[in-house]
Amino acid sequence: MTTETEPGTPDSAATEPTSSLEPVARGTEPTSSTGGPNRSEAPNSWGLGDGQAIPWEYAPAPESRDVVKLKSRYGLFIGGREVAASGGATFITIDPSTELPLAEVARATEADVDKAVRSARRATGKSWGQLPGRERAKYLFRIARILQERSREFAVLESMDSGKPIKESRDVDIPLAAAHFWYYAGWADKLEYAFPGRIAKPRGVAAQVIPWNFPLLMLSWKIAPALAAGNTVVLKPASTTPLTALLFADVCRQADLPAGVVNIVTGPGEIGMALVRHEGVDKVAFTGSTAVGKLIAKGIAGQGKGLTLELGGKAANIVFDDAPLDQAVEGIVNGIYFNQGEVCCAGSRLLVQESIAGPLIDKLKDRLATIRVGDPLDKNTDVGAINSKAQLDKITELVASGVAEGADLYQPACDLPERGFFFRPTLFTNVAQSHRIAREEIFGPVLSTLTFRTPEEAIEKANNTPYGLSAGIWTDKGSRILMMAQRLRAGVIWANTFNKFDPASPFGGYKESGYGREGGLHGLLAYVRLEDR
Amino acid sequence: MPSVRLGSGPAARIDVRKTYKLYIGGAFPRTESGRTYLVETPGGDPLANACQASRKDLREAVRAARKAFEPWAARSAMNRGQILYRVAELMEGRREQFVAEISAGEGVNAARARDSVDRAIDRWVWYAGWSDKLGQVLGSSNPVAGSYFNFTIPEPTGVVGIVAPERSSLLGLVSRLAPALVGGNVTVVVASEARPLAAVTLTEVLATSDVPGGVVNLLTGRKAELVPVLAAHVDVDAIDTWGIPPASQADVESSAADSIKRIARRPRGVVDDRFDWTDDRAAQRPEWIAAFLEMKTVWHPIGA
Repeated sequence: MTTETEPGTPDSAATEPTSSLEPVARGTEPTSSTGGPNRSEAPNSWGLGDGQAIPWEYAPAPESRDVVKLKSRYGLFIGGREVAASGGATFITIDPSTELPLAEVARATEADVDKAVRSARRATGKSWGQLPGRERAKYLFRIARILQERSREFAVLESMDSGKPIKESRDVDIPLAAAHFWYYAGWADKLEYAFPGRIAKPRGVAAQVIPWNFPLLMLSWKIAPALAAGNTVVLKPASTTPLTALLFADVCRQADLPAGVVNIVTGPGEIGMALVRHEGVDKVAFTGSTAVGKLIAKGIAGQGKGLTLELGGKAANIVFDDAPLDQAVEGIVNGIYFNQGEVCCAGSRLLVQESIAGPLIDKLKDRLATIRVGDPLDKNTDVGAINSKAQLDKITELVASGVAEGADLYQPACDLPERGFFFRPTLFTNVAQSHRIAREEIFGPVLSTLTFRTPEEAIEKANNTPYGLSAGIWTDKGSRILMMAQRLRAGVIWANTFNKFDPASPFGGYKESGYGREGGLHGLLAYVRLEDR
Repeated sequence: MPSVRLGSGPAARIDVRKTYKLYIGGAFPRTESGRTYLVETPGGDPLANACQASRKDLREAVRAARKAFEPWAARSAMNRGQILYRVAELMEGRREQFVAEISAGEGVNAARARDSVDRAIDRWVWYAGWSDKLGQVLGSSNPVAGSYFNFTIPEPTGVVGIVAPERSSLLGLVSRLAPALVGGNVTVVVASEARPLAAVTLTEVLATSDVPGGVVNLLTGRKAELVPVLAAHVDVDAIDTWGIPPASQADVESSAADSIKRIARRPRGVVDDRFDWTDDRAAQRPEWIAAFLEMKTVWHPIGA
């Protein structure tokens, strides 16, 4: 934001909500004491007019990029060595906040996939499969430690390659990734206690395809339990965010992980499909869109492989009239604007009890005015760059459909950088359940607001979706939290919080949000074959 | 055509034969299609006419199942356990009928038929006892960072389509049906195609037990006609493919993928026709209950 105004003297140009599409009038008439006939002149809880840019400026606080030593070219990681793709082809990965190239990355072929799977297969034999659990555990602890030691480097690289704000990669992604390795390290030599009455054997070679929204974190969710259980892996990171996975290859080398235990192949979606369909693969794990999840399930149909899918969502974030409103507003903002809303479990449908809809929306709009959109490497940035042009186009198209279908759009006045893929935090009110913005996963900073009167109606609306990944409940009443949690058909229920993750906490969906769990003891189950004692 | 005989009565008396019908929503309709097919012994002797259910019957069954889901899932664990136990109680009373149907339908002697009925009854008892232990064995409380009580509990998946084992007409069916029910799911079963009679008699037991109508729906007919519809139905949440022919496994799984159905399949290397359902160790497993459960994780705040 670059509005050059003095505190208390808001720029008149910024007193109206602006929109990347067209200015749209407010849909909800203000009902709070801060409202008035001409709301743009009335002070609100921040002492500002509605929707205007905050009248102070932050000095730039960029995190240094020097900690990252980018190579100009990255190869595949197969059999413990960095190798060029067999065809010699490469692709470019860019910084979505500047659209400038970061590095050239090997584009794997099916021959490379085959090589990687064979390498993983060999490692299931002596070097990893026959290694005692206590030794596997120590390798995983080492990896966790190295990730902690190199956390700043990973955080900066993650923000450069994905567009996510440095404060999130630094405080959420990387610490959680290290924590996942730490958590599963401890399981490696305790498998006999994990599943009573059963012997847990590794499945063999795991093929893992991960998305671009939490590149290293998703890598850790996939690799840590697989290795703890004695499997070896071939992982394909998303083609727009391969760099932290390739840097992780260096962590494996530093940890002296035996060759072939972790293999990383980079390339487009078809390489992921070739990987999961490879006959040398025993177990497939995929995180990504529901559409691609269906393709993968079809692609391996009849092959007898184990499959876990962590897919899309359209989570309801339900706010009751007794909720602590300021806390709820923070939770709503965190629920949908965290990681630019590019989160499968994002709280993208706000369900507000009718009696508090007015004041809540007012508070939310005030809060939106303080959100800082811009350079992902700036430590003050709340919302960074959208991951790719394709994703930005998808968000733009869905937001346009929301306007066309009659919902009321609100966006705070804030300047966006001239280059890069950016989108304003967006709030829709007067949304109907039939609107596309209430049904389809947008995967962007776009919140659709609906209202309800009774808990029963909230449950019905919340469950009215083919998805079932997560849900949020905001109320002061513990018994209501548990009643709602019981009735919501979703795999993760957050009460008076949202978007919380922990390696010990199983995560995964109901219905078309996928099956299988990641995290906790339940996350281990996907990577073992249970034999009778 | 000799009906399945329930012992021999006075020579002069003419048997009252049973009409084998479908079981949908707690009622016993004939197929809306009006079709039947002839059920024979393995030796080729005719036994009875069974309904050849249609796609429409299957869709009706799914509708009935969906309607029954919420109340069944909401039963207390112990109540559900008692209801399944009562199925075992009532099966005891029909023992001789099951034995007759199994020995005729499966072509086994009375001793083997009796053994498989005994085990089928015991299997209900074994699974019934799981109802109020699942949460403790499969759930967890999770030590997360932050002020939250974080716990994970199993919940039923929803409507489960079950393609029953083809050879073991009663014990195989009960071994697949009971684990789905005990977790709180509702079911649409496609019975053994060649040996459906004992399955139909089981539905008569279910109808007089305390299992609510719609919780189990059972169709007899051609698997080749019914299974593709079951696999493609978007209101079916999971499918147990045990009893499908290996050649159609890929097609069924591919179709099921369109709505992200949970898929249960025979363990690698297991052939339906050769699986020994009387091996209690192998044929009754808590993993088969878990196959149709969803794990729900709740973050509950801790604070003053």
